[in-house]
Amino acid sequence: MHLLNLILQTSSFGVFTSSRLFFPLRLPATFSFALQIFPSRSTISFSHYNIHKTMASGLVTKRAKYKTTIKDPGTPGHLRMTLEKILFMPHNPKSAGKLDVEFRYIKGQKHTKEGSNKPPWLNLTNNQNGSFIFEFENYSDLQDCRDFVGKVLAKSGEVSEKPTVAYPDEQLSAAEMELRIKLLQEDSELQKLHKQFVLSGVLTEAEFWATRKKLLDREASKKMKQRLGFKSAMVSDIKPSTDGRTNKVTFNLTPEIILQIFAEKPAVHRAFLSYVPNKMSERNFWTKYFRAEYLHSTKNSIAAAAEAAEDEELAVFLKQDDILASEARKKIRRVDPTLDMEADEGDDYTHLPDHGIFRDGNKEMTESQNELYKRTLSQDINRHAAVVLEGRAVDAEFEDTKAVAEALAQSKRESSNKGESDGDTSRERLDRLSRMTEIEDLQGSNNLPLAPLCIKDPRDYFDSQQANALRTSGDALGGTEQIKCSLSILEVYSSLRESISSIKAMGWKEPIVKPEAAHQVFDALTNSISNTKHNIGKNPQESVLDRLPRKTKEELLHIWTSILELLKHFWASYPITTSYLYAKVNRLKDAMSNIYPQLEEIKGSVPSEFRHQVSLLVRPMHQALDAAIQHYEASMQKRSTQSGEKPNGYV
Amino acid sequence: MASAPSKLYADDVSLVVVLLDTNPFFWSSSSLSFSQFLSHVLAFFNAILTLNQLNQVVVIATGYNSCDYIFDSASDLNRSFENGRMPVMSSSLLQKLEEFLIKDEQLSKEEPEGRIKSSLFLGSLSMALCYIQRVFRSGALHPHPRILCLQGSPDGPEQYVAIMNAIFSAQRSEVPIDSCYIGAQNSAFLQQASYITGGVHHKPQNLDGLFQYLMTIFATDLHSRSFIHLPKPVGVDFRASCFCHKNTIDMGYVCSVCLSIFCKHHKKCSTCGSVFGQAQSEAASASDKKRKTPET
Repeated sequence: MHLLNLILQTSSFGVFTSSRLFFPLRLPATFSFALQIFPSRSTISFSHYNIHKTMASGLVTKRAKYKTTIKDPGTPGHLRMTLEKILFMPHNPKSAGKLDVEFRYIKGQKHTKEGSNKPPWLNLTNNQNGSFIFEFENYSDLQDCRDFVGKVLAKSGEVSEKPTVAYPDEQLSAAEMELRIKLLQEDSELQKLHKQFVLSGVLTEAEFWATRKKLLDREASKKMKQRLGFKSAMVSDIKPSTDGRTNKVTFNLTPEIILQIFAEKPAVHRAFLSYVPNKMSERNFWTKYFRAEYLHSTKNSIAAAAEAAEDEELAVFLKQDDILASEARKKIRRVDPTLDMEADEGDDYTHLPDHGIFRDGNKEMTESQNELYKRTLSQDINRHAAVVLEGRAVDAEFEDTKAVAEALAQSKRESSNKGESDGDTSRERLDRLSRMTEIEDLQGSNNLPLAPLCIKDPRDYFDSQQANALRTSGDALGGTEQIKCSLSILEVYSSLRESISSIKAMGWKEPIVKPEAAHQVFDALTNSISNTKHNIGKNPQESVLDRLPRKTKEELLHIWTSILELLKHFWASYPITTSYLYAKVNRLKDAMSNIYPQLEEIKGSVPSEFRHQVSLLVRPMHQALDAAIQHYEASMQKRSTQSGEKPNGYV
Repeated sequence: MASAPSKLYADDVSLVVVLLDTNPFFWSSSSLSFSQFLSHVLAFFNAILTLNQLNQVVVIATGYNSCDYIFDSASDLNRSFENGRMPVMSSSLLQKLEEFLIKDEQLSKEEPEGRIKSSLFLGSLSMALCYIQRVFRSGALHPHPRILCLQGSPDGPEQYVAIMNAIFSAQRSEVPIDSCYIGAQNSAFLQQASYITGGVHHKPQNLDGLFQYLMTIFATDLHSRSFIHLPKPVGVDFRASCFCHKNTIDMGYVCSVCLSIFCKHHKKCSTCGSVFGQAQSEAASASDKKRKTPET
């Protein structure tokens, strides 16, 4: 007796649906299988099952005793936990142990260990450092409650990061919110800005995100799902599990695997659609299928033929796949002759065993009955590879086999319909063929209408503008000295040439440079070099920021980005047309005024050698803020003079 | 920008391409006379040539109407101008310079209108870059070239675009541009050129000691710059000129497609032809408003 040596295959953990089919396999001498189908959503361990169940329903109810302190014997009753709150109802309505606490106030939990001798207690601590102790009947109850509380606490931790203010005029979908939260979590700078402005009420959510649409869009597009293809591992290698005691072999089939089987073996698909549920149950179908697989694997074609003769359904699985054959033939016919001149009927071999090559040099194809039931490994591998490369035709997840089969059939029908509306495509093909068979050298010249080349006149940059520049250049460089040159060209050139002749005649000036002048220059240069090295640093491109202490640098940068944010919104709200904008501008102005003291603080906190640099850096910030506030005040004045209002306090 | 200072030069051979400003309008009104200037500069050239046997100096004259090569220390044509009073090379340079000036004068068309005009700095910069490219492609071992600009004339804003292009190509070829400005005002182009390409810019305070400035700062070859400190300007004047009128501006409109700068709002970009959208309001306009503050 030899049992097949097989490995247990488990489905993944509770999230995907799985239907389990179990085959008990007896000894090879007597072949019979039994199928066992489990309901979906079965998982491995019991406690995790509970979690999924409870999280799905959001409710846990257990019998427990409520103790206010450890010494307290405890009031027996029912403990009921929902996602929002904890409710304890004592059995005895007259006793005082009723408890109704919201999860918001629960800070943490403690519990007694399972292995110790202590009774199963769960201790929930709340914000005010009080505690609620519950004693359970057994540890598994404690476990459930503990997990539930843990999950709720974890969830509530996330909730606090969501923006707390929801504006009624802004319809946000859950997906939008998720995107925003994700962005905030990823970018700490953004989060800081968000916290600073939105949570303090200076800017609203909508305004904050209005300027960041591009970021949100990018995040959204990242979430586009990619279609998963089939696995490269061959499905026919499904290893069943053996049960040594009962001599049963169990195959697990998920809809995923079933989809792949149907994609690779269209004859099986067709058989499924026609036989199930009319002629046989699904279980029988798969039993026969795996029986056929087993026969193939033994490579015993005589036995296969024998069994096929007995059982016609089994025969379907054992025979060659005729659908494949016809498809292959169709494909050959559709090959574009311009691509592959040599493809012809003789290339139709993928569905033949051994690719039509016979080991013993025998060129004839003797179709004995046994030949029909042979299938070679290369056939299988090629077919599998072809299916994987074609990709997945159907995308959704399925609950059961019937749905899979139908979806696949549907998609096949669609694609064949598309193929049949071929009148146009065949004409296209003929067109293309006729174009490709032309020989270009023998054609006449093809005078396509040429578009005239249009180059922007480069003289725009150089010559023609020079006249303009000369005309207007008188007042262009404002503030610079304008040395008038009143000599004529002749004079000027002649004076230059005179200099040259003089130097030619007299030679160089002796000495070329006076020692005092040289000394002075040298001194000045060395002083300035050492000074600038001290002040600025060796590299002219090195930024002043890098030499500041890190904290200062970060603060400065953060203040700068917040100034930018505020200014962006400020300038965008002008001209003020609605009262909403008016209020917004007021808020922004207040926020901007608050930045001045922050800047002063930074300037004060910096060690003295950097103070000058920092004040230089801070200057443009001041300028920008000043400009904005000036503009604000000017527009306020204009408004008040226009509307004739008297300012506050003015009688 | 990691350019000349960070590149590893194996030795201290230098090839200096000098752009000499020979704008007669400038020299006629400069405090330093041209002959004094020439004596400083010629001595400087000789000094460079003595620093290393393989050093090479090429001089291009930046005239008012044209530019031309006037001296190449590596060529053999220097023998023919003997003059007892100064080294041979200098006399040949002077001879060529004179011929250049004559040619330049003949190209002058009109009377000057008042302001000192700018020289054709752009032309000589381009010629220098072409020469350097030829050196690169000569294949033989060559020292790494650098460009030294001795400029006095003011910037011509109409040359802004082309000069920036030349500067970027110098940056790309890793050719540092040193500049010594002896004019009265500040030259934004030269500052930007030196800043971008990793060269050194200096405006000498005391023109009598020009030779000393040249020797201290500009004679340093590229290898030695990694350990010899050279003076750095405190800030760089990054002002641009607008593309429509060639005025120097510090606040203007930028086309978001091709980054050309305009001083006033246009309907259509003249460089790339893209149409600008409608300005929605004064404060929030469709084309960007950019402010460049000079850091000096």
